[in-house]
Amino acid sequence: MKDGRSFEHRHFAHCESGVVTSLLGHHGLELSEPMVFGVAGGLTFAYLPFIKINGMPLLSYRMPPRSIIGGIQRRLGVRFRTKKYRDRGQALFDLERFVADGQAVGLQTSVYWLPYFPPEMRFQFNAHNLIVCAKEGDEFVVSDPVADHLVKIRPEDLQNARFARGTLAPKGFLYYPAFIPGGIDLPAAVRKSIRKTANMMLHAPVPFGLRGILLMADRIEKMGREDPRIVRLILGHIVRMQEEIGTGGGGFRFMYAAFLQEAADLLANPVLREASGRMTEAGDLWRQFALLCARAIRSRTDGIDLPPIAGILRRCAEAERQVYRMMASG
Amino acid sequence: MKIHETPQDNIKTLGGFKKALYALDEQGRYRTCATSGWEVEEIVLLDALEDYRRKAEAARAQALESKVSPIAYFMHRRCMDPITLAQAMGLFRWQVRRHLKPEVFRKLSDGMLQRYADLFRIPIRALKRFGEEET
Repeated sequence: MKDGRSFEHRHFAHCESGVVTSLLGHHGLELSEPMVFGVAGGLTFAYLPFIKINGMPLLSYRMPPRSIIGGIQRRLGVRFRTKKYRDRGQALFDLERFVADGQAVGLQTSVYWLPYFPPEMRFQFNAHNLIVCAKEGDEFVVSDPVADHLVKIRPEDLQNARFARGTLAPKGFLYYPAFIPGGIDLPAAVRKSIRKTANMMLHAPVPFGLRGILLMADRIEKMGREDPRIVRLILGHIVRMQEEIGTGGGGFRFMYAAFLQEAADLLANPVLREASGRMTEAGDLWRQFALLCARAIRSRTDGIDLPPIAGILRRCAEAERQVYRMMASG
Repeated sequence: MKIHETPQDNIKTLGGFKKALYALDEQGRYRTCATSGWEVEEIVLLDALEDYRRKAEAARAQALESKVSPIAYFMHRRCMDPITLAQAMGLFRWQVRRHLKPEVFRKLSDGMLQRYADLFRIPIRALKRFGEEET
């Protein structure tokens, strides 16, 4: 195993795909972040207005936490060693040992307890991934993939972050690659994942996939009767899920377009290149949607014009439909 | 989105960090590029925080009149609602709802108050002597 002190920090768009990319690279399997995200089947859309978190509807542009770790194992035959803890002391003891052995490890944490995070972003979100790669003095050195440089954290803060309670509680979750097979058939894995993501987005029932996007458009259009304050908060919440949480922009659509571009080269498949271009357009539309929402929020007028906002979402769904059809046929 | 179109709005809410975005270079190839943030992100985040701030201020006024317990103020200040607070504390919702009542709050043990104080990242006296000093 390699020396953690030689660990190279890299800046990524998304925490889980970033950690997995970094750890695999550290162990000699060089893949890009979009490749990891795409081949693990990270992309999705889900809108569950009946599940409320802090009063806001649950929605996601990507598969649930830990599915990239799971997906990469399934598709590439890589094996991660994973560990959960009941005993906080044991978790810290093990971490100290890994660091002493030079083993960089991925950890699941709550951003609420990470002091280096901007104070405005320290919400109760329990599925943030980071890498602990060394120790300097009393502090752990953290390679947080969404930060542009290495950061440090005191053990007691890290302990709180690893043992935060609530939805998706990390329970000290720790992981690192234990086995990387030789001769990975990347083209075959890519083909499989592309077909799976395309089918899921095209055919999944409401409120998932394209039907989920269209449901969200319908719901937004009908919000006109609600309190304008609530309407603004819900629109803002959707935009935050899309842009603020490390998505690489446009709710992971740009990262997926980057994956399709790489896949087109790998498989020498021009249809996928076209799909990548169309996905970029979809991402641009999502950014326009975000811009419209932000303008409505800033204007603070009571009558937010909702039909154009819903309209642009329907255009997002249409653009994506073409992408997934090309993916399914390619 | 092209690299030269990526917003660089130096938003405060990123706290000096940069984020990575995927965008197209001149040759139409995807690259990662760093952004100092997009105004849109800042607008929506500040709007959400403003909502918590308002709820916190309302709770503070009510707590000073002993209509709710100080827990309500710190709950909103730390951007939580009763459900999130209950989950983060490892309690049932009904327990947290009761703790939000001043008469129940007054009878809470120091152990329980300390757990709330740890979660809110405040000294326990900020709960026990709410309103006596600036929090």
